[in-house]
Amino acid sequence: MSFISPTLDYTLLSPILILLGGALIGVLVEAFVSKALRSSTQLTLTIGTLVLSLAQLWKIRNEQSMGAAMGSVVIDGPAILLQASILIIAILSILVIADTDHFTALAAALPGSEQERHSIQTGNQVTEVYPLTLFAISGMMVFPVATDLITLFVALEMLSLPLYLMAGLSRRRRLASQEAALKYFLLGSFSSAFFLFGMAYLYGYSASVSLAGIRESVVGGSGNDVLLLLGMAFISIGLLFKVGAVPFHAWSPDVYQGAPTPITGFMAAATKVAAFGAMLRIYYTVFANAEWSWSPVISMIAIITMLFGSFVALAQRDVKRMLAYSSIAHAGFLLSGVIALNKSGLDASIFYLFAYGVATVGAFAIVTLVRDSSGEVTDLNRWRGLGKRSPWVASAFAGFLLAFAGIPLTSGFIGKFSIFSAAYESGAKGVVFAGVLSSAVAAFFYIRVIVLMFFTDPMQDGTSVEIPSALTRSSIIFSILVTIALGVFPAPLLSFITTLATFIR
Amino acid sequence: MDAANYLYLSALLFSIGAIGVVLRRNAIVVFMCIELMLNAANLSFVTFSRINGDLNGQVVAFFTMVVAACEVVVGLAIIVTIYRSRRSASVDDASLLRR
Repeated sequence: MSFISPTLDYTLLSPILILLGGALIGVLVEAFVSKALRSSTQLTLTIGTLVLSLAQLWKIRNEQSMGAAMGSVVIDGPAILLQASILIIAILSILVIADTDHFTALAAALPGSEQERHSIQTGNQVTEVYPLTLFAISGMMVFPVATDLITLFVALEMLSLPLYLMAGLSRRRRLASQEAALKYFLLGSFSSAFFLFGMAYLYGYSASVSLAGIRESVVGGSGNDVLLLLGMAFISIGLLFKVGAVPFHAWSPDVYQGAPTPITGFMAAATKVAAFGAMLRIYYTVFANAEWSWSPVISMIAIITMLFGSFVALAQRDVKRMLAYSSIAHAGFLLSGVIALNKSGLDASIFYLFAYGVATVGAFAIVTLVRDSSGEVTDLNRWRGLGKRSPWVASAFAGFLLAFAGIPLTSGFIGKFSIFSAAYESGAKGVVFAGVLSSAVAAFFYIRVIVLMFFTDPMQDGTSVEIPSALTRSSIIFSILVTIALGVFPAPLLSFITTLATFIR
Repeated sequence: MDAANYLYLSALLFSIGAIGVVLRRNAIVVFMCIELMLNAANLSFVTFSRINGDLNGQVVAFFTMVVAACEVVVGLAIIVTIYRSRRSASVDDASLLRR
């Protein structure tokens, strides 16, 4: 048997390879650079890697290929758009993560131990969060472009494993943070086991590990339908878990609350883009011809997710938990783009993912700024009167909330409008009705927070708004500008997405 | 012997693992149940590979083993850290976060 060496198209793969290279160098920097220089070296390296990768992505934006890595990876329009969204969101998140004050000085030390105190006093802050972020980002970049089952599974784990660790790195409330890591890890690997089992059945159904091969079997319809249905069901459980759809959402409020806030923002935004990217690819290309068997179930899940997320968010007293339930509701809105199963659904989903991701990073960046002497204040009651003390920060937060609510002149409105009209076009009227209803409910609690910030008197309890560092500030300013710009002039981006976003099969 | 029997075995192992994750309280045991589920999936892959006469399924099994090993590294690190700070690996004791 002769061995044929694989041919790789390095130009098309370079955005991913650059990230992996940067992450590996980051590990070496962590080991060899002195503690005085470590933090700044890591930050420069990480941002440099991300920018380089984004620049490379821009260069290859018009190239399309199935054969970039022997049919394991496809680079097409949606792939480029999703990867670019992930990179932009990642850059914004890194600017917030760069404020190392949020992270434990030494994750291995016991909370409250002498060792921990010593490493804080001597300024021996480990900065492993940067390489971990880069590894997670490279997994996210591969997940939506993978076209065979092996790559898909490896990418899923590559994006998840670093996130489990990052959830446990908080400096304050370390026990809660470790608990978040444990919950995220156990439930996350539980769902990846389902994903893997579903893959096994799809392989049994089609005798092929490539998505194209499975698609052929689905179109031909010659295989054993039981295997296909089981495979689709289990794969969907894995994906729905990652996007946080009801009934697989139980992890997200706890993890969002316990994880360090910059990580929560990154995770909420970037993981959603990656997971929905993979979901869109799988449902639009592989399962499209079996629509009759999954569309009713996914519609049901979408409706329940939107309503559940919006109604439960009403009862939240904690900012991070409120944003977590709002992200569950948004997962429901995004699912209506999957159900639409038409070109406008794909365009709208990509636009929505980008707009929502940027606003999420911005909103969580603001949560990091509201503090008292013991750390961040996430209790909503203590956010009273924030608008009177710090009008700029409160206005920016109000802007993000209005975008989440889908008020006109923000990116959220355009996103919601286009995604619901795509779903309506495809005849999913029930989903659209539930979507509009839950948007109305959701608007109520977003606006309640705005009222709380601007029209009530501040409490004298030591809650104050930290002066943001230059990096965090630029991240917030950029996010709010994008959020408003996409609401006022969405046309250039929408038409860019429309021309580029077509799956090649 | 009929290869389909291995599929039944794999489904059984997967169910035992899934039930274990839901019922057991010790984080290490929960984690072992997850590993059992991954291995059940591996068994399915190898069986389907035999039934379909296609080697790719066996390749997937190798990749899964490597990924499972990585998962063990990360998972045990998290569980051991929790155990050191709480002196307990029960998933019920970890309940600081609630609504």
